[in-house]
Amino acid sequence: MSHLDGNAAAGPLSEVFAADVTTAIVTCAGCGASGPIAAVHVYEGAGTVLRCPGCERVLLRLVRRDGGICVEMCGVRVLRWRP
Amino acid sequence: MITRGFHRRREHDARLPPGQYLEHDFPVLSAGPTPHTPLEEWDLAITGAIDPERKWSWDELQALPREEITVDIHCVTTWSKLDTSWTGVSVDTLLDDVELLGGYVTALCDGGYTTNLPVEDVTGGKAWIAYGYDGDELEPEHGGPARLLVPHLYLWKSAKWVRRLIFSEDDEPGFWETLGYHDRGDPWLEQRYQGD
Amino acid sequence: MSSVTRATDWRLATVARIAPETPRAATLTLDVPGWDGHRAGQHVDVRLTADDGYRAQRSYSIASAPNDGPPQITVVEVDGGEVSPWMVDVARDGDMFEVRGPFGGWFVWDASVTEPVLLIGGGSGLVPLMSMLRGGARARLLVSAREPDDLLYASELPPETIRTYTRHPPRGWTGYARRVDRAMLHDVHLPGARVYVCGSTPFVESVANDLVALGHDPAAIRTERFG
Repeated sequence: MSHLDGNAAAGPLSEVFAADVTTAIVTCAGCGASGPIAAVHVYEGAGTVLRCPGCERVLLRLVRRDGGICVEMCGVRVLRWRP
Repeated sequence: MITRGFHRRREHDARLPPGQYLEHDFPVLSAGPTPHTPLEEWDLAITGAIDPERKWSWDELQALPREEITVDIHCVTTWSKLDTSWTGVSVDTLLDDVELLGGYVTALCDGGYTTNLPVEDVTGGKAWIAYGYDGDELEPEHGGPARLLVPHLYLWKSAKWVRRLIFSEDDEPGFWETLGYHDRGDPWLEQRYQGD
Repeated sequence: MSSVTRATDWRLATVARIAPETPRAATLTLDVPGWDGHRAGQHVDVRLTADDGYRAQRSYSIASAPNDGPPQITVVEVDGGEVSPWMVDVARDGDMFEVRGPFGGWFVWDASVTEPVLLIGGGSGLVPLMSMLRGGARARLLVSAREPDDLLYASELPPETIRTYTRHPPRGWTGYARRVDRAMLHDVHLPGARVYVCGSTPFVESVANDLVALGHDPAAIRTERFG
């Protein structure tokens, strides 16, 4: 099973975040590591899962249904966009 | 807006539940990386609202009566695969002489994936702990060394890399159910999402 | 950005032109009303709808230079694929599908990058790197392809491009004829460079890991995985 990276989630996440999410720096609530969303591991199963490239903890999950979207991001401690 | 000349690759078949299409490959979808637990460290346990709790090592699981079954499988992402053959231990065998004290079960897997099911959907010859596929050992990318197999429900309930079946009086939504997928997932009733 | 259409909205794209690149790849020029340009390295999502309502969605990197007219995508046909065979074999001028984007502000190059640039592409991973070269990046390029028939933009690549063929090198070839490995990266390495790596996930992971093992600063390596 091959994973993608955060670049692949740019489109789906653009439905939730107004700012370009690939450049946002995410801090993992699990291990505390930080890096751009572009570099996180992305898995596509029944929905989209973003995982920390350091510890593989779930950062964010996204499911689309019937025009609605559900997002869970307990694994994100901080999401920061530089000016 | 229709794109001229574009159509889905997969065929239809009368044996398929509504909204499903026939797949000849075996797609690999996953919510995370493939775990690699060494067999000497692997165990399977049934715990929670049951009496007694039980645990099996890999060798002990292999020693239990095994079944060869051929079933159709249906993924909520709309692909279905017909006549897939598996080898495994029926969950009924694991629950032999075990008293069930709760109506729900959560499968917990290496890597942290969970899925919830009503107990009646894993008993009565409907569910297995599968460790063989198509005559061979179940490959890691498809859930090996062992996965839960509940073919009458959507495949996200057939949890890969299962390690625990945790019985409970309460229904606890699992990994995908928390995000809106159905608590039961019957493909013949098209129970893809909560409220379907 | 257009004041009316956001990058996240689906817009109609009409195929304006199709040009074969290799026997299994084609570049499609898309007419997208309101297209407001892109940055080198960005991609679009495309969505095709069949007459039974079935929809398929994919992402393709933009091959054309920024500010150089309508966007172009280069699609490599995937065996048994659902969308790429349509793009490469069926699509003709005037056909329509939907497009969304451009996306991706991380895997981009522009003239504000002052350090040396090293581009490493495997197969279709060359597409976003080509946008960077066409956009003016003065970069060292290492490209991996199975055989000459698979090498995209062969006649346009800078003459100093380092090529490696992993399956069938051309007759008389004296260059690299193997997968990109640490020894090859050591040969082509540019210390202090901003590196862009694009291709399949195994390709990107292997190259990125080897670069870090060679002492390259991980923060200076940008990657895009195509699965």
